[in-house]
Amino acid sequence: MTALAEPVPASRLGAAARAWCFAKRHVLTVYALLACAYLMLPIAVVILFSFNDPAGRFNYVWQGFTIDNWIHWDGVLGIRDAVRISLEIGVLATLVATALGTLMAMGIVRYRFSGRAVTNLLVFLPMSTPEIVLGASLLTLFLNLTSVFQLGFWTIFIAHVMFIVSYVVVTVKARLIGFDRHLEEAAMDLGANEWTTFRKVTLPLLAPAMLAASLLGFALSIDDFVITYFNAGGTQTFPVFVWGIARVAVPPQVNVVASAIFLVAIVIALASVLWQIVRAGRTREGAA
Amino acid sequence: MSDTGGDTRVGASVVSGFFHRHRGLTPYLLLAPGLFWLAVFFAIPLGFLGYQSLQSGVFPNFEFTWAFSNFPDALSTYRPQLVRSFVYAGIATVVALVLAYPLVYWIAFRAGRWRNLFLLFIVAPFFVTYLIRTLAWLNILADEGPVVGLLRSLHVLDEDGRLLATSVAVVSGITYNFFPFMALPLYVSLEQIDPRLLEAAKDLYASSTQAFLRVTLPLSAPGIVAGTLLTFIPAAGDFINARLLGTPNQAMIGNVIQAKFLESLDYPTAATLSFVLMAAILGALLVYARIVGTERLTG
Repeated sequence: MTALAEPVPASRLGAAARAWCFAKRHVLTVYALLACAYLMLPIAVVILFSFNDPAGRFNYVWQGFTIDNWIHWDGVLGIRDAVRISLEIGVLATLVATALGTLMAMGIVRYRFSGRAVTNLLVFLPMSTPEIVLGASLLTLFLNLTSVFQLGFWTIFIAHVMFIVSYVVVTVKARLIGFDRHLEEAAMDLGANEWTTFRKVTLPLLAPAMLAASLLGFALSIDDFVITYFNAGGTQTFPVFVWGIARVAVPPQVNVVASAIFLVAIVIALASVLWQIVRAGRTREGAA
Repeated sequence: MSDTGGDTRVGASVVSGFFHRHRGLTPYLLLAPGLFWLAVFFAIPLGFLGYQSLQSGVFPNFEFTWAFSNFPDALSTYRPQLVRSFVYAGIATVVALVLAYPLVYWIAFRAGRWRNLFLLFIVAPFFVTYLIRTLAWLNILADEGPVVGLLRSLHVLDEDGRLLATSVAVVSGITYNFFPFMALPLYVSLEQIDPRLLEAAKDLYASSTQAFLRVTLPLSAPGIVAGTLLTFIPAAGDFINARLLGTPNQAMIGNVIQAKFLESLDYPTAATLSFVLMAAILGALLVYARIVGTERLTG
């Protein structure tokens, strides 16, 4: 099809116009590659400086290559605990937020009920409120109720669930809207009750969206600084630890941890993207 | 699996029986835990923030006195920081839009099957902790660094000119950090455009420029709106870039709120400023909602 259609407009265009099209096409490509380089630049710097061998306390100027920082990644006081707390809160908050958010998404998509508008607003507003306001308002709650809440691990957990829930609702909602309800009706027709239908049909179909939501939630949790900083008290997650140490001098071990987080995330993302590309290629071959 | 005991099955049938008899209740039961969490830890704290903003006194003896004067006081004292926040956030949003649009356009229309791979370039900065990617800009923009060296040799900067501790550094930090928030919604709206519409425009003798201006650009408007909001809102409340890449001369409203809350323990002023920031942003949001409609905003 395309092979036949193409020569016609090409011959109609003059040589100059064709050259102009060619140049324009490639200007955009060159720009896109430069923009990607711009996006990668700080990441490259972070990874590069994780291998730096700084002479003094400051890790700003390249001094020489070493692998020591990676071997002794926890050689800085407090960094191991900070990473552990970040991971613990990330896992716990993600699990709870995914459960709450999935239930909410089902309620919102599947049912007509009064109070829908308020519910939507309550889900939407936390995402459109600046983090500093979320953090500050939660802190005033905790400060006014010191007998109930003590700043630390659990207040960070509460805060993280609060800001992750909305993202889970949005992610799962998108999947539910394109959901074929006939599958559930079929299960019911075959004698499954609501609970069995939910467990055997609905949940497996929602699993990819829930997985995506949890990955997003975990990433948000582990990266969050502002809200955590307001509600952490003396507890240090990894970003809070970095903030504290940035006032003095950032050791290369901080770059090591950041690079490790980046590499894990990028490997997961790359694997899923490449798998999609391979699968798309295969279906195209199958179709041809 | 099937013989895990009658208990769960009995329990389950009781649950589903209950759901069957009270169908009207089901949505509320599904929503209850999440709504509870958002109400107690999002909505009520906003009330506490309002309560705190009308208090007066000195730490730790604050009293609720309907101190409405906190608002004009805070506004007049911190007007420069407030104005600066909106100016910085505005510039960063426009720059991010201009930088992101051609890139995302290329990915949507030219990258073919490698689209998702290039999308990964846009998302990748998210995988590096926010604070650390900002600290990386400290390395890049350092006085001895390559960027300053280049600009000095091109005489854009003076011999002893620098980038760190200037508005330029803060705005470029903000632009970089919130770039993905601009690019992703833009991509979604561009990617949905049916290529046949552009072919139709060409068939009707539109030039590429005309086709872009009259078809592509209007159809990507929802993405521009969403991207602008998603970039501008967090940018206006940011304090990390100003703190790490700037000086007190570049302080934004977020820096004041943070310092008042956590360093000088002046909770009423901090709460007042948080409210002012929120109100200003909500105002902008409402204007947007009037223009584009709420459904599009809340998805």
